[in-house]
Amino acid sequence: MALVKDELAIEVRGLRKRYGDLEAVRGIDFSVRRGEVFGLLGPNGAGKTTTVEILEGYRDRTDGEVTVLGHDPQLRAPALRERVGIVLQSTGIYRHLTVREVLAHFAGLYPAARGVDEVIELAGLRGKEAARTRTLSGGQLRRLDLALALVGDPELIFLDEPTTGFDPAARRGAWDTIRSLKALGKTVVLTTHYLDEAQALADRVAIVKDGRILVEGAPSELGAGDGATHYRVAWRNGSGLLNQRETDDPTTLLHELTGAALERGERLEGLSVTRPTLEDVYLELTADG
Amino acid sequence: MAEHAANAAHPPSFASLSWRQFRLERKMFWRNPSAAFFNFLLPLLFLVLLCAVLTDQADRDVIVPGIAGMAVLATTFSALAYNVVFLREQGILKRMRGTPLPAGAYLLGIAGNAVANTAIQIVLIVLAGKLFYGIDWPQDVGELVLFVVLGVLCFASLGVALAHAIPTFEAATVYVNMIFLPVVFISIDAANDPAFLKGIAEALPLAHLIDGLSAAMVSGDGIGGQWSALGVLLVWTALGATLAIRGFSWEQRRG
Repeated sequence: MALVKDELAIEVRGLRKRYGDLEAVRGIDFSVRRGEVFGLLGPNGAGKTTTVEILEGYRDRTDGEVTVLGHDPQLRAPALRERVGIVLQSTGIYRHLTVREVLAHFAGLYPAARGVDEVIELAGLRGKEAARTRTLSGGQLRRLDLALALVGDPELIFLDEPTTGFDPAARRGAWDTIRSLKALGKTVVLTTHYLDEAQALADRVAIVKDGRILVEGAPSELGAGDGATHYRVAWRNGSGLLNQRETDDPTTLLHELTGAALERGERLEGLSVTRPTLEDVYLELTADG
Repeated sequence: MAEHAANAAHPPSFASLSWRQFRLERKMFWRNPSAAFFNFLLPLLFLVLLCAVLTDQADRDVIVPGIAGMAVLATTFSALAYNVVFLREQGILKRMRGTPLPAGAYLLGIAGNAVANTAIQIVLIVLAGKLFYGIDWPQDVGELVLFVVLGVLCFASLGVALAHAIPTFEAATVYVNMIFLPVVFISIDAANDPAFLKGIAEALPLAHLIDGLSAAMVSGDGIGGQWSALGVLLVWTALGATLAIRGFSWEQRRG
């Protein structure tokens, strides 16, 4: 089915960004549908943050076309910024104000803000409303970042490594919040270098390396069809040694293996067939050399 | 999207956004017990100490407008240089840049906070001059306002321009005071400086601001006698504003 233009929250064509001699982004194409959680994955320095900062309107592109909610982000139209929420990698906040004061101030910058209490609830900051922000823990500050990005009731939310430095429980909490954003119909662009995070949250991911997108698709489908990665079949032979083979065609391989084993009267102990995980695909694609 | 166009609540106006930001900055100023407050108190402390040591009226006639000039410098030049470096390093500038708040409204809120401090200091200094240090009410209030406003424009823009040259907040105290203290010392009574220092003081804007303030507060020499002071201040304002706008960066340079 062809996508109607209006169904796209973000469209990027031939995006390039050059800093002096360094070309950080070298021709990127992707689109994000409305209501989708889109993950940008890649090692540090791959060009993820540069790409996202161009979409957010922080940086001008060198070349290419970018449309965000029907606007060119580079023009920094207030009409666009009112509809976008941004969680940056690390940003300070007014230390001497309370959580409620900071949120109320930011709410006042938007034409149709969400209620401050609602946002406090959504971000999991209940009980911290009257605390000065300088007394918050790292995880609580990150939740405040999220609350600040949500207070203007944006349609599109950028999350740049939202759980870096979180303990496992805090990560789960953040994941729940991101899922609830999707349930609210928001479009989310997530950059992360945690593969489980992308696998758990994203409808589609793009793996970025050296300023290019290597592969793009649903996390469960990635690598399955493009021949870049194989199914892994493992078993123990008669003497208990672990054998492992990779194949594009697991059906044939299993047929050969099981046929041979039956002829020899052996059992294939511990036989398993695994599809490549996102992590396998990622490591294979981003490996150096 | 259609429903967005339909319920398009009116975006807050530029003036109301500037005012909101100004009020927030004031609230934070009074809550912050540290550097900003010390910076605010410094000129008043100098006023009390210098007038305690120098009891001649002739000296005090020089000190009071001199401290008024120092107050303009401290509340605008120093305060904004610190503030902009801090906000940039903390990432607060970048965060605000990601909201619909127009850059002009934001900077107006921050500058307004500095100017409010200037106004408070000038009032306190005029009051102290009248009550304790034998100086009458200002001879020419219009001239006083003119010079304070021009001083604010000049030193606020120079303060923001200096912020671009300061790499980190840790270094800010050194950069600011390397300029602030020597300039105050040579400018407060420039007429009696040795020739070499006098030349430097007269090339810089503070001595001219103090001349103007002195004329307005003490001698009653009208604006007609202050053209050269006005001219020097305007030249520095133009330079400061150009550098402040050209070099402005919303985020910390990397590396």
